Amino acid sequence: MTHYPYYPGCGLSPEGFGRAFDWSIKGVNKVLGLDFKEIPDWNCCGTVPYDTLHEEASFAICARNLALAEKMGGDLVAPCSSCYVFLSRTNQYLAQYSKVKKSVDEALAAGGLEYHGKVKVRKVLDVYVHDVGFDAIASKVKKNLAGLKVACYYGCQEVRPIFGRDHPENPKYMDKLVKALGADAVNFPFKSACCGGSLIISEEDASLELIKKLLDSAVSNGAEVMVTGCPLCQLNVDAYQSMVNRKYKTDYHLPVLFFTQLMGVAFGLDEKELGLKTSIVPAKKALAKFI
Amino acid sequence: MEPKIGVYICHCGSNIAGIVDCSKVTEFARSLPNVAVARDYKYMCSDPGQNLIKEDIKKLGLNRVVVASCSPRMHEPTFRRACQDAGLNQYLFEMANIREQCSWVHLDKDMATEKAKALVSAAVHRVALHEPLETKEVAMNPCTLVIGGGVAGIQAALEIADSGHKVYLLEKEPSIGGHMAMFDKTFPTLDCAACILTPKMTSVGQNRNIELLAYSELVELSGYIGNFKAKIRKKARYINAVKCTGCGRCSELCPTSLPNEFDCGLGQRKAIYISSPYAVPNKAIIDAKNCRHIKGLADGKDICRLCQKGIEKKGMPGCEADAIDFNQKDEIIEIEIGNIIVATGFQQFDPAKIYQLGYGRLNNVVTGLEFERLTNASGPTGGKVLLKDGSEPKSIAILHCIGSRDTNYHKYCSRVCCMYSLKFAHLLREKLPEASVYQLYIDMRCAGSGYEEFYERLQEEGVNFIRGKAGEVTDLTETPEEKGKLMVMVEDTLVRRKRRLPVDMVILSCALEPRPDTEQLARILTLSRKADGFFLEKHPKLDPVATTTDGVYVVGCCQSPKDIPDTVAQASAAAARVLALISMGKVEIEAAIAFIDEEKCSGCKICLDLCPYKAISFDEAKKVSRVNEALCKGCGTCVAACPSGAIKGRHFTTEEIMAEIEGVLA
Repeated sequence: MTHYPYYPGCGLSPEGFGRAFDWSIKGVNKVLGLDFKEIPDWNCCGTVPYDTLHEEASFAICARNLALAEKMGGDLVAPCSSCYVFLSRTNQYLAQYSKVKKSVDEALAAGGLEYHGKVKVRKVLDVYVHDVGFDAIASKVKKNLAGLKVACYYGCQEVRPIFGRDHPENPKYMDKLVKALGADAVNFPFKSACCGGSLIISEEDASLELIKKLLDSAVSNGAEVMVTGCPLCQLNVDAYQSMVNRKYKTDYHLPVLFFTQLMGVAFGLDEKELGLKTSIVPAKKALAKFI
Repeated sequence: MEPKIGVYICHCGSNIAGIVDCSKVTEFARSLPNVAVARDYKYMCSDPGQNLIKEDIKKLGLNRVVVASCSPRMHEPTFRRACQDAGLNQYLFEMANIREQCSWVHLDKDMATEKAKALVSAAVHRVALHEPLETKEVAMNPCTLVIGGGVAGIQAALEIADSGHKVYLLEKEPSIGGHMAMFDKTFPTLDCAACILTPKMTSVGQNRNIELLAYSELVELSGYIGNFKAKIRKKARYINAVKCTGCGRCSELCPTSLPNEFDCGLGQRKAIYISSPYAVPNKAIIDAKNCRHIKGLADGKDICRLCQKGIEKKGMPGCEADAIDFNQKDEIIEIEIGNIIVATGFQQFDPAKIYQLGYGRLNNVVTGLEFERLTNASGPTGGKVLLKDGSEPKSIAILHCIGSRDTNYHKYCSRVCCMYSLKFAHLLREKLPEASVYQLYIDMRCAGSGYEEFYERLQEEGVNFIRGKAGEVTDLTETPEEKGKLMVMVEDTLVRRKRRLPVDMVILSCALEPRPDTEQLARILTLSRKADGFFLEKHPKLDPVATTTDGVYVVGCCQSPKDIPDTVAQASAAAARVLALISMGKVEIEAAIAFIDEEKCSGCKICLDLCPYKAISFDEAKKVSRVNEALCKGCGTCVAACPSGAIKGRHFTTEEIMAEIEGVLA
């Protein structure tokens, strides 16, 4: 069994909006024989707001998580795209800028920690694709998802050209994964477009326009369900779908799931274990044949 | 004879004197051993500067000269000539580079002055050991090889052939003409490309001094300027070119249809075909990969052969000239030439790499080259600009800088795209006066004779210019009016707003990039390439067509993206350089080459395989290695490798190099 330090972040914590992501990852890992060990006493990644207020301190708090992971050994897995980008960015800055490294080292030392830059930050999809492989995943499928039309939504963070391993404009890993489960990945040109992120709070109109485009593109290409690997993407497209319908006089009911939930369905895991009911647009109809 | 050295320190205006204290260096030079005179002067390369050296040689009886100035690349020949004019052997001269390797790269004046002193000291120590060497001359073969049959190669070949000298024109494709033969009109004069090119193509076919090697490739090259030997593969056409009359009947009979390369795959051709309406040579060719008969032969079957047999029922006879030869094989020929002009051109950037622009995914997103074919009277639509569904577009967006000026792909500007985009816009206004035409540009670059005027003319013709680089092309529409359109997303940076343009057709003005075989050709010809992949010229300003390999010239777009006038000018320039050498009739061979002391040579043969120029042979009778003085480039590989120390690099002897090192450290 391969061990990975696991960084759930606030989104995947028990009260988080992406808790179903956490549950389904754990379920799928059992099938695939992976062990994600939660980093003890992890702290917030700082995400967007902190970085803009106090850049140095934002590096220091990310570095604390990296230092704790380094003690455990192995690659750090950060399922949330925002955590992934901020932890990766800290890694990159520490390697590149000695000035940043010096102040971060001082901050870590005050807490009795040190970091040597050995931790690689990875996404769940990356681990499944490269460490497990499509063939091994396909071999675990109990309920072939044949006929299910899926829009694979990567979002903008997972495919950042500096850190990501997939094509930044036309990523394909999730499409291939979905195909390994037997389902069809529909043509979805907006697969790496922005969902509005946290701007849904301050710039609602702009974000709703972006979400509408995602829904337009996915549904017009025949998608019955959308899957994503980012809790914020999932939240925005799922929770704000009714607002899009009200504003633009549309009638979308596209379930938005985590790709791990879909894997769980294909692996024959229990519906409750996967948290299929935590999302707002019900997935029951689309998945009726498979659960 | 005791060395008597003259040292000359050049100020190079303020280039050297601005950082290096030249008078201090001169003072220091006077203190060095064997130095009879040391002077500094504003410009040593000027006539008065050279005269200083000449007079000192004569009056003071100098027998060694050192000039401390720029890189030897430019002015070593100048000063060597000055020495020779004054009766001193040119190899008794040495140059210290205190500009590129000192003043241009340092800021601290004192340190730079110290470094300049060390470099001068090195040269003085070295030159004391120099020996006079004699250069040799070899005959210049008057035949020339031109690689590439586009407009550049055609121009160069014709100019040399018209002066009565033999030219081999090598073309990889079945016909010459290159990209220019595919174009419709040319900017800014709007002459038809075919009208101005085809007469030249025909002249090539008819010129008795040109041997056209179409559908052939260079495999190997050996030799040196004046005396190259080239191995060329003439690929099998499966057609007897002497018998074929180019009547085209075979194509009518052939049952296999394939996308036509000449029309960028927009039109069709047969498996036996003539590549374009104005092909030179106007001979058929069989696409062996797709010919039913040739594929059948591999399985031992004799099928099809309709081109040969004809279809009796329909009263269509097969090839009457009996030109089809299914058993033809590739042929390797060897030619001897004195000079080589490389004119291999470019390839168009593949815009499918930029996923968000939709090329290859969305209908009616076309490249510039595809549009040339669409608007060309000899193209697949007979010159009508049509969408995939056969209707006429009502709005067209032309997107500039696709793959150019883009850090993700090519940083450079491809130079011709602004102008050909304007040409497209003009053709569209002419052919579809009702249609709206948009130009999405970063900057308009219209530098050239009549170019800016053409840009102004287009503005008056009612073309919409939007300053902004298109970010995305999508078929995702929002309103009923947009339905079925391509949406082009762009930030209009002049009005500072995001715009969504609904259009029917998108033309991508793609970058010009090096051909994929550039690296391979560079290896065969020992040419260098620039960071962007194009061939490197000898000097970007003062020697733009020569290369670091003597006798090899680069012209046209294989050197950097350029338009037709510049390409033709370069081709003529290279032809003139070649003709000058041919009229000289001979070429001087560098004397700084390897020399084998037969007494010391043990006959181990280690040097034979190491020599990159195949210049060393083995004398079986005497059991010693021999250097061919014409082939040796003086690289020194064998000198370093010889276990007996039998090989000496003339002008780079161990003693000379040790003295140079001691000079630096002194």
